[in-house]
Amino acid sequence: MSSATSVTDPAIEPIVFRWHEAEITAIAPVTPHVKSVRLRCGLAESYRAGQHVDVRLTAEDGYQAQRSYSVASAQDGSGTLELMIEALPDGEVSGWFSHCAEIGDRVELRGPIGGSFSWDGSDGGPLLLGGGGSGVVPLLAMLRRRAQNWREIPAALIYSARTRAEAIAVAELERLAEADPNFSLHLATTREPGGKRIDAPLVADALARIGSPGKVFLCGSNRFVAAASDLILAQGVAPGLIRTERFGA
Amino acid sequence: MVTRGFVGRRQPPETGARLPPGQYLTDDFPILQIGPNPTVDMATWRFTLREGSRPIKAWSWAEFEALPRTTWHGDIHCVTKWSKFDTTWEGVSFDDILADAGIAAPTGYLLAESHDDYTTNVPVADLVGGRALVATRYEGQPIHPDHGGPARLFVPHLYFWKSAKWVKGLRFTQTDTAGFWELRGYHMYGDPWREQRYIGD
Repeated sequence: MSSATSVTDPAIEPIVFRWHEAEITAIAPVTPHVKSVRLRCGLAESYRAGQHVDVRLTAEDGYQAQRSYSVASAQDGSGTLELMIEALPDGEVSGWFSHCAEIGDRVELRGPIGGSFSWDGSDGGPLLLGGGGSGVVPLLAMLRRRAQNWREIPAALIYSARTRAEAIAVAELERLAEADPNFSLHLATTREPGGKRIDAPLVADALARIGSPGKVFLCGSNRFVAAASDLILAQGVAPGLIRTERFGA
Repeated sequence: MVTRGFVGRRQPPETGARLPPGQYLTDDFPILQIGPNPTVDMATWRFTLREGSRPIKAWSWAEFEALPRTTWHGDIHCVTKWSKFDTTWEGVSFDDILADAGIAAPTGYLLAESHDDYTTNVPVADLVGGRALVATRYEGQPIHPDHGGPARLFVPHLYFWKSAKWVKGLRFTQTDTAGFWELRGYHMYGDPWREQRYIGD
């Protein structure tokens, strides 16, 4: 084989991933467990929505730790990008961001990584997005990119969160859904009175809003991605349209 | 570049010595793949050895399961930074596949091909000499589809993206030919101990 090009998978030029210095320019709580971290970095204008970066922290004695985080922002000309970092129990890197990081601190970033899980308007649609918990972050970047230039492309987001308070950027997504007739939000909260997991009617409703999808992106825990894949395939969507990213066991 | 206030979490010396650089230890078994699990029909399953587009030999599931079995025990390392210790895999060694086909490797490189259109390249030298299996069992059980069952390539001394899930065949190539992730910036070889994650590492 000589090319990565196919109908469902835009070719990304192989690139050399270098480490870039990045400086924290803003930190803000997003949910009780997730912080938004803005970083000024040379990578800020050279990624596609949906891609992730590796973050590297270095201790005084040279010890290093790396983790991958999806970028939440769409390129906006600010010279910065936004990560949303969930505090994990005993998280070696997320713990530093949660309890220690301050504006002006510096870390290293490398990327952008993950060309097959990425979208830009020229890739077309309609877009069916499914996010579980913090898995919504790369999808948020796609929706922000779409909102910049591509609102004519129909899009639906299926979003499963434990509670409304733990749903990332839910106010922004609801504002977008209200203002944009081509975008619909399908929120399922699993740990609230009257809440539920995503199910066939919810998926059918999302598909009815956008028509036959051209691109499907699913991100979340393995359990969420497996359930969402099965429900979407059961609606007759071709498996080759679906791209997934999973975390956890 | 030192990050203010970061101290990190050191591993005990015996654990640290088994962890390649930049890796952390997990008891979980994370799942990473480009799309949904493909549907694999055991009645029509074939494992096919090819040189370029020419088939050399193909095995049905029953034929493949009848080949000599090899068990491997040890540690695995994923480019996404997790490592898992003391795993046990069973399958057919690449040496036994070649022996059953009655050939020596015709070229120095090959591409593993999967049911989900995934591909990854591995040098033949890294597969011979008992270094690699086409694995069909994990911890004594058939490999769960989430982890690549019914059969996955298993090359434990390289990052785990080389151990292609749902493998359907191996294709000898004249040159070292980039696969799915290698076309997207991942390293052509992928040695965890030299931390060859991406092109240029």
